[in-house]
Parts: sequence; structure tokens; C-alpha cells
Amino acid sequence: MKQSEFEIIREPFWQQMRDYLWSRDRTQPNDLDKDFPALYRQLAHDLAIAKSRQYSFSLIESLNNLVKAGYQELYGRKLRRQRLMIDFVVYGFPAALRANAIYLWVAFAVFAIPFLVLTVGCYLNPELIYSVMSPAEVRELEAMYDNKPEKTGRIRQSDSDVLMFGYYIMNNIGIAFRCFATGIFFGIGSLFTLFFNGLVIGAVQGHLVAVGYGETFFPFVIGHGSFELTAIVFSGAAGLKLGFALLAPVHRTRSKALAHAARDAIKIIYGVFIMLMIAAFIEAFWSSTKVFPNEVRYIVGSVLWVLVIYYCFYFARDRVAEYGARDAAQ
Amino acid sequence: MRDVANLDTRVLVETPEGIDLSAEIVGLTPRALAFTIDFFIRLLILLLLSIPLAMLGNLGWGVYLIVWFALEWWYPVLFEYFMQGQTIGKKQMGIRTVSSKLTTLNFSAAMTRNLLRAADFLPVFYAIGAISIWVSKNKQRLGDLAADTLVVYVDSPRAKDTSAVKFKPITPVFELSSEQRRAFINFALNRGNLSHDRQTELAQVLLSVLPGEAAESPRDYVGGVGAWLLGLREESK
Repeated sequence: MKQSEFEIIREPFWQQMRDYLWSRDRTQPNDLDKDFPALYRQLAHDLAIAKSRQYSFSLIESLNNLVKAGYQELYGRKLRRQRLMIDFVVYGFPAALRANAIYLWVAFAVFAIPFLVLTVGCYLNPELIYSVMSPAEVRELEAMYDNKPEKTGRIRQSDSDVLMFGYYIMNNIGIAFRCFATGIFFGIGSLFTLFFNGLVIGAVQGHLVAVGYGETFFPFVIGHGSFELTAIVFSGAAGLKLGFALLAPVHRTRSKALAHAARDAIKIIYGVFIMLMIAAFIEAFWSSTKVFPNEVRYIVGSVLWVLVIYYCFYFARDRVAEYGARDAAQ
Repeated sequence: MRDVANLDTRVLVETPEGIDLSAEIVGLTPRALAFTIDFFIRLLILLLLSIPLAMLGNLGWGVYLIVWFALEWWYPVLFEYFMQGQTIGKKQMGIRTVSSKLTTLNFSAAMTRNLLRAADFLPVFYAIGAISIWVSKNKQRLGDLAADTLVVYVDSPRAKDTSAVKFKPITPVFELSSEQRRAFINFALNRGNLSHDRQTELAQVLLSVLPGEAAESPRDYVGGVGAWLLGLREESK
């Protein structure tokens, strides 16, 4: 068959495919949707014919573009409806955490050790805080947790709660995302963020207790700490996973190992995002209220800690393990 | 013979149907321009919003910070996921993000490559990302490597227009491989965005593929072979 003959016979079909792939209304179901896989195979067949018979460049090029668009349509579809979000939140996130326990332990240690050292250090010597914070920052911090009697009620007005909600989202989630992303530099960025945050938070805690503000500090932080501190450690662990894949790619090339590690790490980051949204909400609208007695705030805060740890590491062990195994097999 | 595949910026993927698909990878400049467009769109939104929100006081500033956060981190993720790999800037530049298998990217890939902007951005102005694009084989920044994605040119429904090819067709005396044919054809299709000297330089590289072939003007010879491969013939001129 001559090229021109081939083109004349097949052109109406190609035009139909062009219309379908480039100019149909994607919000509406189309008559061709059901038959598309078969039509796509015909298209691929046409391209194979054109190539094997060495038809002209422009014909091969235009068929190649058509097949490419069809390929994206066909295989992109499947990828889109892979899994329900609820399913991920309930089982996928804890599964990703539990499958990466080693990174969590390392991240936890890098955060917790400076945290504990500076908590004790600043408690014994309140001046030590000046080694990690400037005098102005310390003054601001002390003003915030000053427990003078006239400051009871609410720490702030409710419209500034929304301001603080926005600030916590932008600041804390930004820190967590950066902590994750900079882990790609062989883990260094994540390690630094974890270590530095451990230092500062430990110093703040030790200092405030030493100067006698513990009674305003702990009821404030216990509510959101369960979500916030764990999420920062998780984001660091996800970053460490990226960095370690580059350091020790084992049987893969470095780029393949990185992409493989990222597929798992990003699941942890989805959870981190949700946890930090919850933390920002609690910190802005619950932690700042003083209408409830401290006992209630301690109880609520403790319950949240138990729930977070339980959900992440103990909840539905069999089903989460099953989910993780299914996920890894794909 | 020299390997002309290395001269080309194409990536080949074999589909399950046994078809080789190819796409042209985008270099640094169009990507930087796309980013610049997106950057100014986001800046404009923030500027326009700041006026009404400032009047709402602290409540408004809280909302403003949330919008800022959403534009900084989620704008590229959501656009690339919902708009077949294209932000507004990428659409303007005629480029899109796809998976390394040339399929539409999934949500995790969109999320990974855009969160890792925080690493590519360092130390200033996407310096690490730019270096990564220059040195990596498929012009990927760190986010692309982690997400296993590529930035490619969007295809038009029809093949490139050959009417602007001005070279006089020359029949090649050697049989060329499909990669070599493509290199010659792309040279002929070049729309004059290269200087005459640069074209001659490139033509010499391409000509070295053919052993013993010498031409008075490498540019006209390589372009001529490309024109012939495109199906143009002497009498049609």
C-alpha cells in the first residue's frame, strides 16, 4: 500500500482520535470512553505500520504524537483513581511510619537528645538560653508566658487567633516541608533542622521552668505538642530516607534509589501535613484559651498524646501491616 | 560512527504495545520563564488580596497568611495534578510535566517534585536546581529526580510544518539510522533561531557521522539531506 492510500483510508479515524484526545469536553462522559483501549491499540498499530514501511517523517511524527496522547490518556487514567484518601489516612500513613521505623528512631534521637540536654541545662542555668536565642527573643518569650493575675482569661483576642492560625500554618508547615526537602542533601538538612529545633525548644522549656513560668507554659504546649513535635520528627525521618537512599543506593542506581525512597517518604509527608494542620488549629483556638482550669488542659493534652502515639504505632496492627504489604507489592 | 543520540534532547519510552514513544525534553530557560510567569501571578494575587484583607484587621491577615502558604506550596502541586502537568506558566511556554514513562503524573509525583523546590531553590534562586538540570542526562532538577518526572514540550496534534524549510534537497549517499535521520531532519526544521556560524558548527558535527563525506558548505549539505528526508524533492522547489 502506498503512503497516500494508507493516509486516505485512515485519516477519518485519526481525525476522530484527534478530536477525542485534544478537543473533547473532559467534564462530560464521551461515547468513545468505553472503546478507547481498543481504539488506542489501532492507533498504535497504525504507527507501527508507518514506521516499518518507512513512511514520511511528518506522518510518523503526527502519528507518534497521537499515540503519545492516547498513551497518556489510557495509562494516566488508571493512576488517578488508585486509592481513596480516607483509606490512606486510616491505614496508609501509619503503615508508612511503621515501615520506616529505623529513620524515625534516628530522627527522634537527633531531636530528643539536644532537647533533653538543653532542658536540663537551661533549668540549672537559665542564662544558657542566650547561647541559642537573642536577648530580644528571650524577652518576647518571657512576656508571652508571664503569669501575672491580670492576664487570666484569654492570652489573646479571638480575631488574633485566626492570625495565629495562619501564622502557625505558614511557619510550622513550611519548616516541616523544608526539613523534608533538604534531607536530599545526604540527610544533612533534616539532621540540622531536627537538631536545631531540639536545642531551641529544649532551651525554651528549661528556661521558662527555671524562671517560674512553667505553670503557663505546660498547659499551653501540651495540647498541640503531641501533633507538632511528632510531625517535625516524622518530616525529618522522611528527609533522612531521601538522603540515605543517595548515600547507600544498594542494588539500584542513585536516581532510581532516590525515586523509590521518595515514593515512601511522601506518604509520611501527607500525614505530617494533616498533623500540622491539626496542631495549628489546636494551638490557635484551644491552647490559647484559659477558660478551662489547668487540670482539664493537662488531661486533654495527655489524651491527645496517647491517641497520636497509639494511632501511629499501635492502632489496627494487622490491617495496617496488610495495607503496607499491599502497597509495597505495587 | 559517532553516537548522534547524544546530540539529541529526546527521551524514548517503549509502551506495553511495543511502540517507541519519544518526547523532547525542555531546557533551563523555558522552565525558568514558566516559573517567572507563575511567580508573578502569585505575587499579583497576594498584592490584590492584601488590600481587602488588610481592612479586616487580624482576621484578614490570618487568612492572608493561609493564602500565602497555599500559593507557595500548593499552587504548583494542584495545577500540575489537575491540569495534566501544567501550571499557568508552563501552559504559556508550551511545556508540561510528565512521569518518566511519559504518562500524566500522579498526585505523589506532583507533590514530591514541588516540595523539593525547597532543596532546588538553595542557596539562592534555584542555583542547585539549575546545576542539576545542566548536569543530569534528562535535564531534571532534584525534585524531578526524586519524583521520577520529566518536563517535556507539549505536542501539537499535527506534525511540524515543513513549508518553511529553505534548504535545497540533497539525496544522501549512505543509509542513515532512525536517530541519525531525526538529527538531520531537526537541523533542517530549525527555524533560524541560531546564527549562521553556529549552524555551520552544528552541521560539521552532524556531517562527521558520515565517513568520508565532505561538503563545500556543511550547513547546506546537512540541511539539504534533512529536507530530502522530510520528503521534499528538487522539482517541488
